[in-house]
Amino acid sequence: MKQKIKLILEDGTSLEGKSFAAEKPVSGEVVFNTAMTGYPESLTDPSYKGQILVLTYPLIGNYGAPRTEMENNLNKFHESGNIHISGLIVSDYSFEYSHWNAEDSLGNWLKKNNIPGIYGIDTRALTKKLREKGTMLGKIIVDKNIPFYDPNTKNLVEEVSIKKKQIYGTGKYKILLIDCGVKYNIIRSLLERDTTIIRVPWDYDITGEEYDGLFISNGPGDPKQCLATIGNIQKAFDIEKPVFGICLGNQLMALASGADTYKLKYGHRSHNQPVIRTGSNKAYITSQNHGFAVDNKTLSNDWEPLFTNINDETNEGMIHKSKPFFSTQFHPEASGGPTDTAFLFDKFIEMISKNKKVVLV
Amino acid sequence: MIKTGKISKVLLLGSGALKIGEAGEFDYSGSQALKALREENIETVLINPNIATVQTSEKVAGKIYFLPITPYFVEEVIKKEKPDGILLAFGGQTALNCGIDLYKNGVLEKHNVRVLGTPIQSIMDTEDRDLFIKKLTEINVLTPRSIAVSKVKDAILAAESLGYPIIIRSAYSLGGQGSAFCKDKEELHEMASRAFSYSGQILVEESLKGWKEVEYEVVRDGYDNCITVCNMENFDPLGIHTGESIVVAPSQTLTNTEYHKLRELSIKVIRHIGIIGECNIQYALDPNSEEYRVIEVNARLSRSSALASKATGYPLAFIAAKLGVGYGLHELKNSITKTTTAFFEPALDYIVCKIPRWDLNKFDGVSHLIGSSMKSVGEVMSIGRTFEEAIQKGLRMIGQGMHGFVGNRIAGFKNINDELAQPTDMRIFVIAEALEKKFSINKIHELTKIDKWFLYKLKNIIHLKEELTNYNSIKELPVDTLQEAKILGFSDFQLARFVLKSKDDKIANDLITVREYRKSKGIVPAVKQIDTLAAEYPAQTNYLYLTYSGTEHDIDYSGLKKSVIVLGSGAYRIGSSVEFDWCGVNALDTIKQSSYQSVMINYNPETVSTDYDICDRLYFDELSLERVLDIIELEAPEGVIVSTGGQIPNNLAIRLYEQNVKILGTSPLSIDRAENRHKFSSMLDSIRVDQPRWKELTSTGDIHGFVEKIGFPVLVRPSYVLSGAAMNVVSNKDELGHFLEMASHVSRQYPVVVSEFIENAKEIEIDAVAGSGEIIAYAISEHVEFAGVHSGDATMIFPPQKIYFETIRRIKRITRQIAKELDISGPFNIQFLAKDNDIKVIECNLRASRSMPFVSKVLKTNLIELATRVMLGEKVEKPHKSIFDLDYVGIKAPQFSFSRLQKADPILGVDMSSTGEVGCIGEDFYEGILKSMLSVGYSVPQKAVLLSTGEPRSKLEMITSARELNKKGYKLYATRGTQKFLETNEIDAEVAYWPDEKDFPNTIDLIRNKKVDLVINIPKNLSKSELENDYSIRRNAVDFNVPLITNARLASAFILAFCKLDMADIAIKSWDEYQTL
Repeated sequence: MKQKIKLILEDGTSLEGKSFAAEKPVSGEVVFNTAMTGYPESLTDPSYKGQILVLTYPLIGNYGAPRTEMENNLNKFHESGNIHISGLIVSDYSFEYSHWNAEDSLGNWLKKNNIPGIYGIDTRALTKKLREKGTMLGKIIVDKNIPFYDPNTKNLVEEVSIKKKQIYGTGKYKILLIDCGVKYNIIRSLLERDTTIIRVPWDYDITGEEYDGLFISNGPGDPKQCLATIGNIQKAFDIEKPVFGICLGNQLMALASGADTYKLKYGHRSHNQPVIRTGSNKAYITSQNHGFAVDNKTLSNDWEPLFTNINDETNEGMIHKSKPFFSTQFHPEASGGPTDTAFLFDKFIEMISKNKKVVLV
Repeated sequence: MIKTGKISKVLLLGSGALKIGEAGEFDYSGSQALKALREENIETVLINPNIATVQTSEKVAGKIYFLPITPYFVEEVIKKEKPDGILLAFGGQTALNCGIDLYKNGVLEKHNVRVLGTPIQSIMDTEDRDLFIKKLTEINVLTPRSIAVSKVKDAILAAESLGYPIIIRSAYSLGGQGSAFCKDKEELHEMASRAFSYSGQILVEESLKGWKEVEYEVVRDGYDNCITVCNMENFDPLGIHTGESIVVAPSQTLTNTEYHKLRELSIKVIRHIGIIGECNIQYALDPNSEEYRVIEVNARLSRSSALASKATGYPLAFIAAKLGVGYGLHELKNSITKTTTAFFEPALDYIVCKIPRWDLNKFDGVSHLIGSSMKSVGEVMSIGRTFEEAIQKGLRMIGQGMHGFVGNRIAGFKNINDELAQPTDMRIFVIAEALEKKFSINKIHELTKIDKWFLYKLKNIIHLKEELTNYNSIKELPVDTLQEAKILGFSDFQLARFVLKSKDDKIANDLITVREYRKSKGIVPAVKQIDTLAAEYPAQTNYLYLTYSGTEHDIDYSGLKKSVIVLGSGAYRIGSSVEFDWCGVNALDTIKQSSYQSVMINYNPETVSTDYDICDRLYFDELSLERVLDIIELEAPEGVIVSTGGQIPNNLAIRLYEQNVKILGTSPLSIDRAENRHKFSSMLDSIRVDQPRWKELTSTGDIHGFVEKIGFPVLVRPSYVLSGAAMNVVSNKDELGHFLEMASHVSRQYPVVVSEFIENAKEIEIDAVAGSGEIIAYAISEHVEFAGVHSGDATMIFPPQKIYFETIRRIKRITRQIAKELDISGPFNIQFLAKDNDIKVIECNLRASRSMPFVSKVLKTNLIELATRVMLGEKVEKPHKSIFDLDYVGIKAPQFSFSRLQKADPILGVDMSSTGEVGCIGEDFYEGILKSMLSVGYSVPQKAVLLSTGEPRSKLEMITSARELNKKGYKLYATRGTQKFLETNEIDAEVAYWPDEKDFPNTIDLIRNKKVDLVINIPKNLSKSELENDYSIRRNAVDFNVPLITNARLASAFILAFCKLDMADIAIKSWDEYQTL
């Protein structure tokens, strides 16, 4: 019989399931994602730092854990150097897996990283609770109780950001990448386009760096925690070299430009978020994972919305009216998720090569 | 919205009769498209001779033509109706092919009819294999290496350059017809010759047997916005037609990169081809790398798109129709949530499993192997939150007596290795047996190439089953294990079988014991919504399923209005298909107009009744006693309607009644009196109604004795159908001996029923509605064929044209007596034999019958609506209409799918073998016959007819029509006996030699070389060589696509019809133009 294990939420809900990974108590914020594929990508996404992840797709572990293979000093099948989630909650775990690229089961992979995993939970009922609450703290308990912990009170970006500068590739265009918890596929997407990446910590003083284009990465938590990054971005805006931001990067650029961010009633946590190029009929399916959004009403006169979410009409990106600065709330690098907007990386390179604003869509 | 010019009237082509490869899914897609157009206030005109469909109903389509979907008739309708646009993507391959012909002939241009949605050129680019490959190569998308050829000789050359094994495919294929694997030159020669009889071009292609088969449903609007609504993974690897495969959605063994690589390719392809609307794209994916090939693109709605719509809740056909009139996806709403956008890719939080249903046992001689061409006649979709739950549910839904993956009474398979390597319709159960016999997963994988993930999951079921058998009472069973069993999809029946070791006669009670115990432990299923977004946002949806992987219902049952539950008809099968869907939908419509909420339970993804917007709550779930009780306990309905869904709900009636469920309408006790042969028979005796003599017998001696008394021929039916001896008419001792040999199981437990068989008797049916035993409305129809042809295979005439008034009077009297005796409240059907004025009752069903939509539409009185109102307790007035008021004739004709069923003898008998039907309206009998025969694929011969007319009586039957053929200048060929008979009657005919003779002209050559364009072959005596010769003629006619008729009365009727009438004589009239007096 499998070890019984509990998930306890701050509202008092207690759910019992069975363990398929490390039998260790953890606390964190409980979040969900509705993607139907891509659990290895999610687990290693630094944006999930401090979070206990609930997968709404019920059958998990089917294709195991991908093998380790390095390419350009990056693990080819992961989104960062390690697993970032604190715990994993699923409905039906597949103890046996089948895939040519797998080297282990998901359970063992988690176990090796000392991360607990629970199956046998009504993840749909749990998700309904989470979506209504906005932010929900929770803890996984095996036998001994532990206190709740709110990761949002910490500067999570600091925890996941690189500690010192690192360089990747030898391409033509030099890109300074501010790492707030960057996903590897962003680096891969840029490297594929003839670039050299200078990856620097979130609070790195960029004034001394030479670059052709600046990239602000995704990352965990409340953007307002990243004051140092915001200050850096303001400086970069003065330099007027092309700037591209993704997810947290979008929010940080908004804050740097004087706009405001807020917490969404219903966060976007899926691979099927519809966005439209604001003011056009061009629509894309995007991968998203965020609880904060840029408030379009607060955009300064120099900026305009770039993309809008078709469902809730929230901001999905912004663009400077004259300068080569733009950002998206969604993830053009996908991984996991749809690749519809990968062309934005091409546009960023085009801006760099011309050193001016170009038409994006 | 893109401005596309004025569209005020649109013509939609349906798909005609249900056939293998083209079934109910097109009723669903057509109905959705018509609904989408109606919302836009666009006038709609529908051509579809399939009268039993929902789409051919008053409120669905504007004008309806029950005419053949052929270029001639469509052009005639276009001339008359002058539509602005035409939709070709909603009627399957039939509509698409017809549309391409109309385009090529310039008909559409001539009449200014715009093709809405995907342009014709794009369709042709996907249909012509050569163009298709060229098109995909332009954008560096890989397709299987292949060579298009138009001669057998070139096919062989091509195969040599690619290397065997190869697969051949024919262009414009329909459900994989004309596609086959060939391992060597001999096989290729045979298959290629056959394929060329359907198509001028075939493709010789590298074989990718064993690769994963994955499909995407892709949508594109006029702004070039694209989405993939769903992907699906075949459990069975490439090599087994997707219509023959178990399919799951979403894919289970694909990683994120694989999933999105194929998704990205789908969008690239759809853009390049220029689809506007929906298409299906099929991939082969290497199980050991990310190598892929695009196998095919279907530029139309398909079986898969219907499945994807049901699997996700995203109404593909509805959206495709809207895109066709100029909308962008982002301008439309998600029909489930009503608030979010249609530019959206559903997120599922469950797994669906589609399982095909085969009815191969219905056919003599057919091969049970499954492969690259489709043989299944229907399918089910099950929903669960574990694969084990979904597949076990699905295997029960199939409705062939299986209880899930395990726990079935199947005689052992002879050679499991062979059965695994060469799959048949039983393959899933072979896997079960292999696992039980401890075959390793690797070994099974090697033999089947099924991904190990699926096999591991199946093994979980076997493991748990083994654990269950360790216990002997339900109370010993640990609650956790019981819970686990339910999560893995075990039914209470399976639990009773494994734990209680229940005997067959006790299990009905024992499963209730299991149920009560499990409820006492709080182990009950949870009701979950299908909301397209996996609970990310709140959504009000009424599309529901039940699962044991859940602790909370999505529905709050408190404060709901009282509901009435309608039980659906399950998987389409031979004998039960779209007609019961029409009945179910009409029952729901009627309930909606009352003060009750309407609830449907059904699991067939091809239907309209499983469209969530036709009722207040849809439970897409099992129609088992267990599941229906689960739902009843939650709904606490006013009552349940069991009489509109065919035999499945009818069989549940008495068991539900025993569980104190309120059944609306006729009492289940009466249903039992009609269903139970003994009870029914003694009831008929007591009200002095005649019936053919019959007896249920338990020994061969008794059988011979009884037959001696009543005389040959007799109708024999074993109660144990798995024995291979189906119901049959036997006309002599030899045949009876042969039958009894096959039915080796004759015993007290497996009796055989022997009934008197009356030759040359007319078969007459009455469909009626009664309230408290009093007839409210009725429709009497007669068969063209004499009794002996199953009523589902017979050609039906309504109102009857050739029966005595006295006969009608007697039939009405008997019907009245029976309705009164059984206190019928609701729909029913009685079948009679009439010879002279002697009337015998042969069958009585206290439920809606197959012919209910046909007679309702011809009579223009909706019998189901009346029946439902009766069942709801409303006061129903008798309609003031009678069959004598009809100034026209309705003809219902069967559609056969023998061409798909390799080696099956295309012959008609007491067991049903048609897969669908049409119903046409004619000014008179002959016009009706001609329309309906043309609608089921016959054509008027141009040159010559081959006659082989069997026994003397059918020879006589054919005299007049043969003479007419002569008069019309047709060349007649006849087999020796027939030729002689014709000669003595002064009818010119040339002798055609039997297949086993060497002389010329030989019957087979005439057929293969298309020297004849109609074959009449009437089966006769049963001597071996005659049998084989006749079989050979019939089978060749089917394989080489020459129209074949095997019944003398039908052949006569058809011949007289086309001899009397020219095409120009056929009235192009819509349904509403046929007025009652």
